Amino acid sequence: MEYLNIIFQESYKILFLLVPVLVSVAMIVWLDRRVWAFVQKRQGPNVVGPFGLLQSLADALKYIFKEIIIPASSNKVIFILAPIITMTLALIAWAVIPFGVEQVLADINVGILYIFAVSSLGVYGIIMGGWASNSKYPFLGAIRSAAQMVSYEVSIGIIIINVLLCVGSLNLNDIVVAQKEMWFVIPLFPMFVIFFISALAETNRPPFDLPEAEAELVAGYQTEYSGMMYAMFWLGEYANILLMCALGSILFLGGWLSPIDLYPFNLIPGALWLIFKILFLFILFALVKAIVPRYRYDQLMRLGWKIFLPLSLTYVVLTASYLFYFNLLPTI
Amino acid sequence: MIAHAIFFYVFSVIAVVSAIMVTVSKNTVHSVFFLILDFISISCLFIMIGAEFLGMIMLIVYVGAVAVLFLFVVMMLNVAQQKNQWFVSKDSSRHIPIGLLISVIIFFELIIVIGGWKYKPDLFNSAKSSLEKGVSNTHSLGQVLYTDYIHVFQISGMILLIAMIGAIVLTFRQREGVKKQSYLKQISRERTEGVEVLEVASNKGVKIDD
Repeated sequence: MEYLNIIFQESYKILFLLVPVLVSVAMIVWLDRRVWAFVQKRQGPNVVGPFGLLQSLADALKYIFKEIIIPASSNKVIFILAPIITMTLALIAWAVIPFGVEQVLADINVGILYIFAVSSLGVYGIIMGGWASNSKYPFLGAIRSAAQMVSYEVSIGIIIINVLLCVGSLNLNDIVVAQKEMWFVIPLFPMFVIFFISALAETNRPPFDLPEAEAELVAGYQTEYSGMMYAMFWLGEYANILLMCALGSILFLGGWLSPIDLYPFNLIPGALWLIFKILFLFILFALVKAIVPRYRYDQLMRLGWKIFLPLSLTYVVLTASYLFYFNLLPTI
Repeated sequence: MIAHAIFFYVFSVIAVVSAIMVTVSKNTVHSVFFLILDFISISCLFIMIGAEFLGMIMLIVYVGAVAVLFLFVVMMLNVAQQKNQWFVSKDSSRHIPIGLLISVIIFFELIIVIGGWKYKPDLFNSAKSSLEKGVSNTHSLGQVLYTDYIHVFQISGMILLIAMIGAIVLTFRQREGVKKQSYLKQISRERTEGVEVLEVASNKGVKIDD
């Protein structure tokens, strides 16, 4: 009976986190299309609901009623497993994101490592989908994305080391609290820029959307998918983008802290501040999509390995020596 | 405690079954997927005994990087497509004694290693010490690695570096006739040198490409 009670409580908490995340994923798709349209002097989706807000729901309805086509020569189990894995991995990472001092589903000691591990697992959904489709374009897309995501993970990992040097803990709440005096975006601004660009590459967003470059690969690993399975890839991708925005705001923009610790700003709950910061980063993501043309593959690899990796490694040395010289290293 | 035991048995059964499936399954790509499942359940077991740092590092390094490269190579080689005749041929039975010998040796080595813990009481104490102090195991691991075992740690780092340089030297070769892109040249190209306005004489045309 006691176990049942615990399970009931926990699933209540999980639902309370998951439903808002899923709804905001749907809304963020709308926002993405809207921003993209405004940059190109178009209106974007504005018919369904007020300002077109319900467009994503209409799309979801359409996807649900479409037939799921499984290619005859595909590896069926893995083919079906791939979108499920993408979606699940994109959602489970939200368990450790803190929305306030105590408002976190799982306050684990190695929260940042958990997020990093889950986002590095994200590549499997794409690889499995591409391989199981058993056709040329999806396979090429999967191979590309495997190389791309593994390369940019390296630089994201080293950027995280930079932040961890200033914090002295792997707990996400500790990382947020350590920014009470000053957000890490100020001392670590170059790292913030590199993190932002690496996050674009990690989530396969333009200008790094080579795994699904429609002009060369039709839709990359998604080519053979249809109906709800395609929608799951899509939702997983956007949930990953939101997660990267959340990670960026926790690592550099002070998470749930208010920008100024003064009277009117204190009243706004921390969760709202986090959402504002996520939205700010997401609008930047959407603007980049609208403005920048796609990279060539060799440029992408060069940027990751020859520019970001040395730069972030140098910055680790600089940060460590600065903290050591001025005796600012965090005590355990 | 019961929930803990249930989770332990679930993860360990998955780990053992998927480890067997790695060797048994005929499709090489499936083997790699089972290997990944094995890694994941082992890291879950690590987390269950309280070694959360090790578990996460296991996920990041093995599942996130090493297994991706495995998968990459196996998919590129396309081993799955060629039916492996070796398993059904008569040759396969000749290798069974050698395989048995090796597995028996590994089995005894494992027994010696695990049994050897009994004769080193320090190990148990040092494993427990961090738990008693209330320090998280990331901190205690760092303290042990960077103080008592700093030389071993650095030497292993050097060995990895040498292995990396060795791999690069072995596979690096200068190929003739490969076209390369010069970024500096591409970026610094101006409109004046890229575009040329020509007076085209009627009925004669111009030669565009030379």
